Amino acid sequence: MSKHVLSLLVEDKPGLLTRVAGLFARRGFNIESLAVGTSEIEGLSRITVVVTVEGAPLEQVTKQLNKLINVIKVVELEPDQAVQRDHMLIKVRTDAATRSQVLEAVTLFRARVIDVVSDALIIEITGDTAKCTAFIKVLEPYGIKELVQSGVLAMGRGSKSITEKVLK
Amino acid sequence: MANEILTGAQAIVRSLELLGIEHIFGLPGGAILPTYDPLMDSTKIRHILVRHEQGAGHAAEGYASASGRLGVCIATSGPGATNLVTAIADAHMDSVPLLAITGQVNSQAIGTDAFQEADIVGITMPITKHSFLVTKAADIPEVLAAAVLIATTGRPGPVLVDITKDAQNGKAEFVWPPKVDLPGYKPVTKPHGKQIQAAAQMIADSKKPVLYVGGGVIRAGAHKELARLAKIIGAPVVTTLMARGAFPDSDPQNLGMPGMHGTVPAVTALQKADLLITLGARFDDRVTGDVKSFAPTAKVIHVDIDPAEIGKIRFADVPIVGDAKEVISELNEELTNLLKGAMPDIADWWVFVNGLKERYPLGYSDPEDGKLSPQHVIQRIGELSGPEAIFAAGVGQHQMWSAQFIKYERPNAWLNSGGAGTMGYSVPAAMGAKVAQPDRLVWSIDGDGCFQMTNQELATCAINNIPIKVAIINNSSLGMVRQWQTLFYNQRYSNTDLHTGTDTIMIPDFVKLAEAYGCLGIRVEKEEEIDAAIKLAIETNDRPVVIDFIVGRDAMVWPMVAAGMANDAVQYARDAAPVWDGEE
Repeated sequence: MSKHVLSLLVEDKPGLLTRVAGLFARRGFNIESLAVGTSEIEGLSRITVVVTVEGAPLEQVTKQLNKLINVIKVVELEPDQAVQRDHMLIKVRTDAATRSQVLEAVTLFRARVIDVVSDALIIEITGDTAKCTAFIKVLEPYGIKELVQSGVLAMGRGSKSITEKVLK
Repeated sequence: MANEILTGAQAIVRSLELLGIEHIFGLPGGAILPTYDPLMDSTKIRHILVRHEQGAGHAAEGYASASGRLGVCIATSGPGATNLVTAIADAHMDSVPLLAITGQVNSQAIGTDAFQEADIVGITMPITKHSFLVTKAADIPEVLAAAVLIATTGRPGPVLVDITKDAQNGKAEFVWPPKVDLPGYKPVTKPHGKQIQAAAQMIADSKKPVLYVGGGVIRAGAHKELARLAKIIGAPVVTTLMARGAFPDSDPQNLGMPGMHGTVPAVTALQKADLLITLGARFDDRVTGDVKSFAPTAKVIHVDIDPAEIGKIRFADVPIVGDAKEVISELNEELTNLLKGAMPDIADWWVFVNGLKERYPLGYSDPEDGKLSPQHVIQRIGELSGPEAIFAAGVGQHQMWSAQFIKYERPNAWLNSGGAGTMGYSVPAAMGAKVAQPDRLVWSIDGDGCFQMTNQELATCAINNIPIKVAIINNSSLGMVRQWQTLFYNQRYSNTDLHTGTDTIMIPDFVKLAEAYGCLGIRVEKEEEIDAAIKLAIETNDRPVVIDFIVGRDAMVWPMVAAGMANDAVQYARDAAPVWDGEE
């Protein structure tokens, strides 16, 4: 089983997400995370999908995605050729005794506190998956009350853009 | 000059006219009513009122498959639209260019569970090449033009356009031609030169090549190019269920159909080949049997217009993405230059293949119950009708026998539901074919089970002067299911008896049913009556004809590779496996 990050450039049309998600479901491909948002060009969106591939090779996933009329381009972002970021919000239990220890961890991981009440903090962290996972491990003993995260966002390194060749 | 202001409904009719649509099969209802009004005035489009929307869908498929043109069907929202679903799925599996237009409730009412509301775009998403929801009159020309482009180019397929009632009633400037902008749709038709060279070299080096020909060759209209390729290399040809007629059956190079019910020579040639020249075929499980043991010694050249088919089931040593017509034609040129008139030396291979042809021709034995032999009936229909006729089958035993025992000499003469296996396809598909090709003799060869699913379209045929001929191969059962019960379920015939045979309660009586629909009904029980009945059917053109052929129910389709088994385990007849050669 292997994990791959795919970046999709898509037309921003109604039902687009259903088409992509439905394709994964009916062809038996597994989505680990999915992040959708507008791109720098009006009418076009970017989808970052992390897929785990078992039987069906990745090639079949990208070919099927390419067949969707509203999908303009699919690229695989290799880990060493791209930057990847997770974004998490974590609500952690704190009291007078533990707050300073948690804040120390926040500093060490270059995370940020974005909400404070007497018995809890909301912390925001961005980074690659390994860093975020490590941070959660550190916070666990204090009691994580709630956690939300975006899907992985990824972008190829260097000055080139996925949209460049497409829009000629 | 200022553009005309049209209602959305008028824009639909005008756009279809301008897109060259001449026939539409459909049935009106509330949400599509606005469109039916201007449709009534169109002098360019003939609308054929069906009795069930599924009939409209299959008729459009038959129309497309018989002519190579786009088939169009239209229905109202909700149940009208959902009744199209089976036909849309069928077209998706068999790459049939189909445009399905559905009415939708007012855009304001979408999502409120309004009367006759169904999310047909959502429902058909997995079974369409693409789909559109139109909520504004101004968008109609562009969407219809895009839909037709998508349905008919690249790998053809069904496109659904769902149009809200307010979009039909709204007004907008009619701009033609519309600007069609599909940045994500660029089908590759021209093959890569290097791949053509590699394929040609592989063919030249091959000692045991087989041309594995699929339905893509017919959809691409590449039969002439294929004929030339076959002559250049002299290799055996197998034509899949979807490709019957892509290469003439009368040509000794044609080994017939491969697969579960393929001929022994076709199945075996693939198993023993050292090279599969795969043209517009997709390694369907009904062809390959157990994939791991399919054609174990063969390298694969795989030509397909859909890149996703290449490598999906079987690794391709030489993958070629492109339109079959262009690819084969470039391959022919390359091979002509490479071989310089000399054919690859495959004489030994032909000795083996010809041995199989001699020892294992297609055959059948007469039923023991004294009833008609279904294979003989179907063979006679083919022989008396000739190669210019069109044959549309349902699904099951009669379909397999029609694929085996009718000789096909041209593409688009054989219509069937190959991928989806849709019972009920035949009668409406034959109707659509007859509309597309009115000068051709069109047969629906159907089973007694299939026929009961869609025979209401006989009314459409009778009223609209569409004189199709229906041959019911009546074995009083769901024959193929019964065959499996015979072979794999200890002759326990659970729910496969249909009681339509002459020694049963006979419900319905197909002759009376035919007469009730204004058709000529004929029953044939004796062998000596077969030819006369077929000839009478061929001569009768003032109304449709239904012949009820009472055939033996224990007849089985042979050869057979049991589901999931290796093709090496092909059975020539029950408990009779072929012997490959002396040593084995």
